[in-house]
Amino acid sequence: MNLTLKIWRQKDASSKGQMVDYKVTEISEHMSFLEMMDVLNEQLINNGEEPVAFDHDCREGICGMCSMYINGEAHGPDRGVTTCQLHMRMFKDGDTITIEPFRAAAFPVIKDLVVDRSSFDRIQHAGGYISVNTSGNTQDANATPISKHAADEAMDAATCIGCGACVATCKNSSAMLFVGAKVSQYALLPQGQVEAADRVKNMVAQMDLEGFGNCTNTGACEVECPKGISLDNIARMNRELMKAQLE
Amino acid sequence: MSGFFKSSIGRKVAMALSAFFLMFFLLQHFAINILSVFSPETFNEASHFMGTFWVIQYVMQPVLIFGVVFHFIMGFILEIKNKKARGAAYAKNNGAANSSWFSRNMIYSGLAILAFMALHFIDFWIPEINIKYVGGDMTGLINPDDATSGFRYYEELVHKFHDPLRVIAYVIAFVFLALHLMHGFTSAFQSVGATSGRKKVLQNIGKAYSIIIPLGFIFIAIYHHLTH
Repeated sequence: MNLTLKIWRQKDASSKGQMVDYKVTEISEHMSFLEMMDVLNEQLINNGEEPVAFDHDCREGICGMCSMYINGEAHGPDRGVTTCQLHMRMFKDGDTITIEPFRAAAFPVIKDLVVDRSSFDRIQHAGGYISVNTSGNTQDANATPISKHAADEAMDAATCIGCGACVATCKNSSAMLFVGAKVSQYALLPQGQVEAADRVKNMVAQMDLEGFGNCTNTGACEVECPKGISLDNIARMNRELMKAQLE
Repeated sequence: MSGFFKSSIGRKVAMALSAFFLMFFLLQHFAINILSVFSPETFNEASHFMGTFWVIQYVMQPVLIFGVVFHFIMGFILEIKNKKARGAAYAKNNGAANSSWFSRNMIYSGLAILAFMALHFIDFWIPEINIKYVGGDMTGLINPDDATSGFRYYEELVHKFHDPLRVIAYVIAFVFLALHLMHGFTSAFQSVGATSGRKKVLQNIGKAYSIIIPLGFIFIAIYHHLTH
């Protein structure tokens, strides 16, 4: 298939960017979106032009690195997939595809389609962990009984890959689905209880400090999340923060 | 605790608490207004009670005014803050792919409700305050010097709905209120963390509330316009 691509080009963090049109031809419908981008970049390099910078790593939908906003949706029009798992069969011959970086004040553009998501790392550092001694005397995980329901819900929350699609999609650039998932994966398990109050307080404080917006419960993040993280995690985070105030 | 209400989640909770109060107020307002269709006498009695009972006048009324002002001001503050959090806008954004129009445009339905409230205050609240607290007439009678003249509330209500333009304004305002509630009802429960495990039930109650109540107010306006 032959396509027109409208891509955000920005030289570096301090430059002003703009949308630039490109044509790609003979794209196979079996290609992934990133493979299509590789074809474009080979074309640009052969013509002596600067290739389009974009984030990617595993290309298996698990690392959370790819981060494009395609035709007005985070990770494109397919559901439950990251950009690397989006296939060109989702598009038609002759389509014009708009490709932009994830937009949020807390995700500044570094170059072209690459954004700085280290704000997520700082939120994790603020409390997304449990403090245990792991120097050779780790207990058997199965020594602590956990109900199947809690284990499943914690695992569902833990599948968040921190890609930032929730922030990119949210009309308020809110990070509450991400933070809600990270708070929940510990709040549901006995190992997470000891530091629960400090964790939620510190992670929410860091989230606010990074300049993310406020959730207005549109539910867009849940729809666009490649891992299907549920809005219930935001409700749980809200409860956890209220509970933490009483301790 | 003051730190909690300065946090993003604390502000959500505060918005939700004011929304709960306003939704309860709307329900009782509707319950009284609908009486005007079935029994003008009972409507007059209920209106007089609400307009003179000290708990309503001096406790609930200030709380209501605070709740309304707070909900609007905090709504605007959050909207401005959230706009700032986006930074640069997308060249192409397909919001309809993942969320409802009314959930994304609460600020606009809210502004329509604010405009209606200005009209409503001029129509009812300011004259009421004027009669009772400036004129000093707490009788609620059409003619305060004639005990047989009857209560004035029903007469005032039907008089307002003579004008078809006012009825049209009411209908438009209540359509916007319905859109606001369509998202706002469940959203308030989500903000206080009460949706887990009962989201579907709350969504259904929310849908019923946000359609029945505004539709009921529209019915009252049209009914009095057509029958008087």
